[in-house]
Amino acid sequence: MSDEPILKIEHLGHSYGKFEVIRDISMEVPRGVLTALIGPNGAGKTTFYNAVSGRFRPTRGKVYFDGRDITGMPAHKIVPQGLLRSFQITNIFPNLTVIENVLVPLVLQQGRTYALWRRLGREKALYRQAEEVLDKIGILENARRPASELAYGDKRLVEMAIVLARRPKLVLLDEPTAGMNPEETERMIQLIRELAERFGTTIFLTEHDMKVVFSVAARIFVLHQGGLLAAGDPRTIRSDPRVREAYLGGAADA
Amino acid sequence: MRTSSLSAGRLGFGAVLLLLLVLCPFFLPIYWTLILTEILIMALFAMSFNLLLGYTGLLSFGQAGMFGAGAYAAALAILKGGLSLWLALAAGVFTAALVALVIGYLCVRRDEIYFAMITLGFGMMLYTVAHNWIELTGGSDGLPLPAVPPLTFFAWEVSLFDPRWMYLFVLAVTLLGTLVLWRVVRSPFGLLLTAIRENRDRLAFVGASVQNIRLAAFVIAGAISGLAGALFCLFNNMATPDFLHWGFSAKPVLMTILGGAGVFLGPAFGAAVFFALEQATIQITENWMIVLGAVLIPVVIFFPRGILGTILHRLSAGRRKTP
Repeated sequence: MSDEPILKIEHLGHSYGKFEVIRDISMEVPRGVLTALIGPNGAGKTTFYNAVSGRFRPTRGKVYFDGRDITGMPAHKIVPQGLLRSFQITNIFPNLTVIENVLVPLVLQQGRTYALWRRLGREKALYRQAEEVLDKIGILENARRPASELAYGDKRLVEMAIVLARRPKLVLLDEPTAGMNPEETERMIQLIRELAERFGTTIFLTEHDMKVVFSVAARIFVLHQGGLLAAGDPRTIRSDPRVREAYLGGAADA
Repeated sequence: MRTSSLSAGRLGFGAVLLLLLVLCPFFLPIYWTLILTEILIMALFAMSFNLLLGYTGLLSFGQAGMFGAGAYAAALAILKGGLSLWLALAAGVFTAALVALVIGYLCVRRDEIYFAMITLGFGMMLYTVAHNWIELTGGSDGLPLPAVPPLTFFAWEVSLFDPRWMYLFVLAVTLLGTLVLWRVVRSPFGLLLTAIRENRDRLAFVGASVQNIRLAAFVIAGAISGLAGALFCLFNNMATPDFLHWGFSAKPVLMTILGGAGVFLGPAFGAAVFFALEQATIQITENWMIVLGAVLIPVVIFFPRGILGTILHRLSAGRRKTP
């Protein structure tokens, strides 16, 4: 069963009124293959992610995750199955401490949601797991600081920690290096590689920065004007004339 | 080391405060004992409200609906059911929780101002029910209690007609309600409440049903508001529609903002300030609301953390600076 794709999309489409933002997208994301979704601004990448991750029900098509139909399910039903996402704009719990940020998904994962009479402070196992995650990401030294006090790049790492704490099978990363300086970008790429290689998490990311895409992705899908334009390994994509055209001979050369 | 000495200090402070509260009725005049009893009840009410505002980030503008439901349930339990004091309290809690479950189910899908407006709407509806369903509620006259059942504890029995015993009884129940709230905010569930306040979208995308968690919070807050309402009914020897009026819903809001929504005891502190101001003002003028407004406005503008919140913040900032 392990060669079954982790994510399978069939004829996915979404419209706002008459405006079709994405249309007829079919694709398979193989398990364990670092995959990227690229496309010019307004190609529909974020809409695609929203439709897959449960932000809204797509108007057409099917989404299968790990062999199960998850089309139109709300996020809180999709997440426990192992599909998580990050957001283009940093999305954390600003006035909680860094370790509390990571405890939140752990509480949910351990089924402690309605543990009204337990003391969080006595849940040593949860704290240990949270510290492990923070250590893995490299922000353990900031554990007791409010997340809002951290530098921009570190905040993005907090979001990664929140996502990874749930031990996802598949993570959708929506422009993980957006707004980062070169040093932070390098750290994020390193982290993404490690996750893909060592933790058995499949990564499916969108990215503006073509350097990032071609340095990490093993498989690339190109979205253009709401439809799938091309799919293949980085070399195929790089030399595809349609892709070059879509980017007007711009960043794809890099 | 610092945290342990901090919590030891906190424990010591709590013990002294508790001792003072217990001793109060034995050296204060009756009038002040009565005022203090009312402060305790309103403090519990405001703290239950703050589980929603300060922790979950929900502004409930109809909390008096649950408070009043608790008061009427306690009154009816005694008048029609002939139930004991403890069962009357339980009836108040249970009824308020049930009302909160129904209202909450219809409200928790909404955010911010919409949530506030819908809770306000339900609060006004409940007021009208209390006001107009004369056969059950006695209409605008309310339900007077000819006698409050005695406080019994196994074989021991005492009449709450004595304001000092009433005070001690209210103090004990308020502490119990406060303990419940304290355990809830310190639990894993409490962490999720703050996560809703901070970023409900991120919480949904790590797998939480935000609506269900909000509903649970609304029911817990409603149950404790109902407990406060039942106490208020026993204290006043009656339940009246005024308890459900939207003006009454504004009280915990004002107290919480005065004391500080970000601090567990902020609303209780705010309740004390509220009554102290009121008592000081009515000696001089009838226009106490003008004075309240004159205090509230600068607090909101200059001390958005509230009075207790600002004090504690300054203290902890001072501690951080000294190495």
